[in-house]
Amino acid sequence: MSTVPISVTVDGQRYESDVEPRQLLVHHLRDGLGRVGTPIGCDTSNCGACTVLLDGKSVKSCAVLAVQTDGRSVTTVQGLANGTWHPVQQAFHAEHGLQCGYCTPGMMLAAVDLLTENPNPTEAEIRDGLEGNLCRCTGYQNIVKAVQAAAVAMQAEGAAR
Amino acid sequence: MTETLESSKLVGQPLKRKEDARLVTGETNWTDNIQLPGMLYMAILRSPMAHAKIDRIDTSRAAQMPGVVAVYTGADLAGLGIPCVWPVTDDMVGPTFPVLAADEVRFAGDAVAAVVADSRYRASDALEGIEVDYSPLPAVIDMTAALADGADLVHSDKGTNKCYYWEFTGGDYAAAKAKAEAEGGRVFHRQYIQQRLIPNAMEPRAVVCAPMAATGEITLWSSTQIPHVVRVLLALVTGIPEQKIRVIAPDVGGGFGSKLDLYREEVIAAVVAGKLGRPVKWTESRSEGYQATIHGRDQIQDIEVACTADGTLLGLKVDLVANMGAYLQIITPGIPLLGAFMYNSIYKFEALHFGCTGVFTTTTPTDAYRGAGRPEATYAIERLMDDLAAELGVDPLELRAKNWIKHEEFPFTTIAGLEYDSGNYEAATAKATELLDYSGLRAEQARRRESGDPVQLGIGVSTFTEMCGLAPSRILSALKYVAGGWESSTVRVLPTGKVEVVTGTSPHGQGHVTAWSQIAADALGVPFEDIEVIYGDTKMSPHGMDTYGSRSLVVGGIAVLHAAERVVEKARRIAAHQLECDPADLDFEGGVFKVRGTPGAEKAIQAVAFEAFTAHDLPEGVEPTLTADSTLDPNQFSYPHGTHLCAVEVDTETGAVVIRKYVAVDDIGNVVNPMIVEGQVHGGIAQGIAQALYEEAVYDADGNLVTGTMVDYLVPSAADLPHFTTDRTVTPATTNELGVKGVGEAGTIASTPAVVNAVVDALRHLGVHDMRMPCSPQTVWRTIQTAAGASSNSNGAQS
Amino acid sequence: MIPASFDYARPDSVETALAALAAGGEDAKVLAGGQSLVPLLRLRLAYPSVLVDLGGVSELRGVRDDGDALVIGAMTTHYEVMTNALVREHAGLLAEATGTVADPAVRHRGTFGGSLAHGDPAGDLPAVALAYGAQMVIAGSGGRRTVEAADFFVDYLQTAVGPDEVLVEVRVPKLGAGWGHHYEKFHRTAQAWALVGVAALVRRSNGSIAEARVGLTNMGTTPLRASAAEAALAGVDASAAAVASAADHAADGTSPSSDLHAQSDYREHLARVLTRRAVASAAGL
Repeated sequence: MSTVPISVTVDGQRYESDVEPRQLLVHHLRDGLGRVGTPIGCDTSNCGACTVLLDGKSVKSCAVLAVQTDGRSVTTVQGLANGTWHPVQQAFHAEHGLQCGYCTPGMMLAAVDLLTENPNPTEAEIRDGLEGNLCRCTGYQNIVKAVQAAAVAMQAEGAAR
Repeated sequence: MTETLESSKLVGQPLKRKEDARLVTGETNWTDNIQLPGMLYMAILRSPMAHAKIDRIDTSRAAQMPGVVAVYTGADLAGLGIPCVWPVTDDMVGPTFPVLAADEVRFAGDAVAAVVADSRYRASDALEGIEVDYSPLPAVIDMTAALADGADLVHSDKGTNKCYYWEFTGGDYAAAKAKAEAEGGRVFHRQYIQQRLIPNAMEPRAVVCAPMAATGEITLWSSTQIPHVVRVLLALVTGIPEQKIRVIAPDVGGGFGSKLDLYREEVIAAVVAGKLGRPVKWTESRSEGYQATIHGRDQIQDIEVACTADGTLLGLKVDLVANMGAYLQIITPGIPLLGAFMYNSIYKFEALHFGCTGVFTTTTPTDAYRGAGRPEATYAIERLMDDLAAELGVDPLELRAKNWIKHEEFPFTTIAGLEYDSGNYEAATAKATELLDYSGLRAEQARRRESGDPVQLGIGVSTFTEMCGLAPSRILSALKYVAGGWESSTVRVLPTGKVEVVTGTSPHGQGHVTAWSQIAADALGVPFEDIEVIYGDTKMSPHGMDTYGSRSLVVGGIAVLHAAERVVEKARRIAAHQLECDPADLDFEGGVFKVRGTPGAEKAIQAVAFEAFTAHDLPEGVEPTLTADSTLDPNQFSYPHGTHLCAVEVDTETGAVVIRKYVAVDDIGNVVNPMIVEGQVHGGIAQGIAQALYEEAVYDADGNLVTGTMVDYLVPSAADLPHFTTDRTVTPATTNELGVKGVGEAGTIASTPAVVNAVVDALRHLGVHDMRMPCSPQTVWRTIQTAAGASSNSNGAQS
Repeated sequence: MIPASFDYARPDSVETALAALAAGGEDAKVLAGGQSLVPLLRLRLAYPSVLVDLGGVSELRGVRDDGDALVIGAMTTHYEVMTNALVREHAGLLAEATGTVADPAVRHRGTFGGSLAHGDPAGDLPAVALAYGAQMVIAGSGGRRTVEAADFFVDYLQTAVGPDEVLVEVRVPKLGAGWGHHYEKFHRTAQAWALVGVAALVRRSNGSIAEARVGLTNMGTTPLRASAAEAALAGVDASAAAVASAADHAADGTSPSSDLHAQSDYREHLARVLTRRAVASAAGL
């Protein structure tokens, strides 16, 4: 079994590792680095539970090999707060955008990506933007509300800056 | 504080959830997150065939592969099986369900061997090192064919594919039918198909088992809804003494009934970890779970009503054929029977006949999926009411109103023998029709029909009730269920005045920590933040019947209330002793005992707790510590109800269905936390819509699961679902102190018929009378084509 | 599910990539964005000996203006394609259709070249490339060759790219003024594959349809042009009735597959309806 040395920054911390080429990024995060905040929900990259940001853009970490992230930067749910919760985290809590919470890390990171692209989305744009993330508990209604609330909060935050 | 007691009550407030902080920051404790020193990883080899004899298994190559510690086959684990705890009839056929198939595999995905290795990657690799020779046997997929004489058998030693026939009657159906016929009424029959569904909790199942050789103890973490039941069953199955088994359901990512079971992997992990003396983890992949975790629904429903010429219902006859799958999981046979009492729904009948035939097929076992029997019942009766209304030429709401139990008629004993304590179907329906703009949409529908618009509008109605609060133990006994339906709680006020609420419910998304805190805070008069809720661990919460069947609040929440009230009563005696008054002279307000008529003579419950801890000055006969238990066995079920209305647009050219508006008015009695309730309704509706429009587990004739991954089994996303308009009416339950009824399954039960009724309603003028679920574009388009062909044929015959 | 073991090469140029493929032998496979390949590996439906990751080959990434055509590097991601100003200006159909591929996270990783070279007729972009008459530039040990889109898609999951070759870039001709476009995708859920998709490019002139190019997604083992419908559309009035009449030929000559979600006759029906809609939209009707 040959391994490949990689250096990946995860949630601001740089990790040097030797990984098998076949190691999925999500397994590298969970089993290799012990950063288990990112869960796995499927094996066909449909559910989006494992969504993380790779250099700021949402990706499904079950469809990325760890070796492909050498030299790059990953943000997981565990790196979303910066002293205080990210507005998206606050909004998911305030609007009851989660129940069991399993889809929540991926859903929030997809929402962060969505709001980066489109700071003031319509309800339809939010629903389309979250098409790659499945939730079985909420019927999505309060997730949509949470993203709307986060958009407002982030714009206010941006205006205040 | 000048607030009145009433306005300071937390029950009824939309408090934000205590659960969220860890979940939104990723500090979670899913079973697969657990890492233990020396832990090994298990992988299961599964049958690629639906039905075959196992001629030979050779594990020698796998055993030599890197990192492999052990390989087990059925022969190694002989005698270990999954029990069925619901033998619904005395002569039910209950085949042995081995944890690993030894001689014969009976469904695609049947477990054949277990590999244990030092990493999950190497365990996966080793599966490919196991050689199995199979001799194919006939797949048994079609339920009707399976029941025919001479059918190929799933269990050849049983001589039949029939698992059981179960019957239930109220009144005399033959007489009701004769009456209808004599009076120029109708006997109206329909057959509906409940397709097979895959529950799809977002967290796949996972198990970790840690043995402790010196003491013979095991700790088993499992993504389960029922840690307490798993503990009892594990003890019975493995012979490990019950007191040596600790089962923990850590964070559990949804269940919907699919984790209401004892699963083979739990037993295998427990036994294998013990044999190896090392912790063992197994985590299901999604596509593996599609075969290894139970499926839901899958029934053929024949339903017949007898009614008078004006549509007054007289008799109801239901014949089900219900797919068990290849084996019985713990409550597989009972699931369709949970619907037996619900087919009559909110309507008054003179007679009911219900019969259900359970049948084995070479498919994944079925078991509870959100609603479990009740969505099926509601679907059949509500589809039928819409169809009957069309047949009679009356508005579907009018037909329902003619037949439902009037609000002044409660309590009402139904033909199924259940006493509905309360309800107000008129109020919920009135609110729903207004929210939908029922008459406005009917007018638009008429215009679109008139103009031949390729996009047609349909309105679907679903007025429903269900039975929640599983369950009075005496009723479970009558149904031959081998356990009770009680729930347990302990409330402790700690020396520093903080509170621990122990509950036997096992939440996995429902928000019990928040809701139980609200109940206990009100009862004890302590701050919401001071309460910790302990659950999901048989060592910390030793008694419980866990979470399913919309039971947790109605049974477990009331147990919390009772335990808290007992704490207050104990505290009252201590406070009275120390304030030197009679306990009856104390008022308890906002957490403070006050001597009536003596301002300033008071003691807070926190102070009482400290006195109970020091035990320096307790009244005679009062034991130290401020704690109390309650184990509550409910007397009655509770009966949430509601009216859901759905408007759809159907593109008749492509068959595409778009939900234009969805209105849900639910009456679940009083609510503890309206925010949580709304979330439950949203999610329930989404799952019901998913059955109506998107989801179906499909087997081909050879028994391969064609919808084997999420690519083909279509779980809807945010982009596929509409905004829901939700509202409530409040008719408190009279059977519990809080007046609550339960809400976990209501949305799922109500929504499926609302949607399908809407689709059929949009197309009825084109000759469409039914639509098989899911109403996929192709199915809708083809049904329209068939109806058009039928009407042009009949036109041709006339000319 | 977990992939079987493989070796890994991360070349930094097309030449070294070709060398790595040659060294890897017949089971070597190119890894582009990995959004189709990694799930296949996880389900153990593919067992490559070595993956040659093109992620480090920077020359394969980006869009440039080459006069009468845009040149899109094979490793340009869907996200980069759909947000690229040149693509949006000169190849609107491509931008529009790319926006319908899978979901945002997949579009951040998946690549234009990868989805063409995968050759899945259910993919959205092959039909678009076909409608444009794009040209594929393929590098091999003998140098580079250019293959017309019409010759590129050979069979189900088979393209003109040989096992020891690499698709390096795609030339998408600029169509100029007067062209309208629309991609009509019909699928059961937002992230599901198209049951049928229709990529339409229409040039209107003086109230009639001067030229229409119609690419069909998932109507056979390869993406197809709806040639009979195109012929019927040429020169007709830009009217709903004329478009509908021509669109009736959209499924002529196709032999779509039957599967769980759609039988072949339904696909043929959809092709006709969706072609009518796509062409009407592209024609501004």
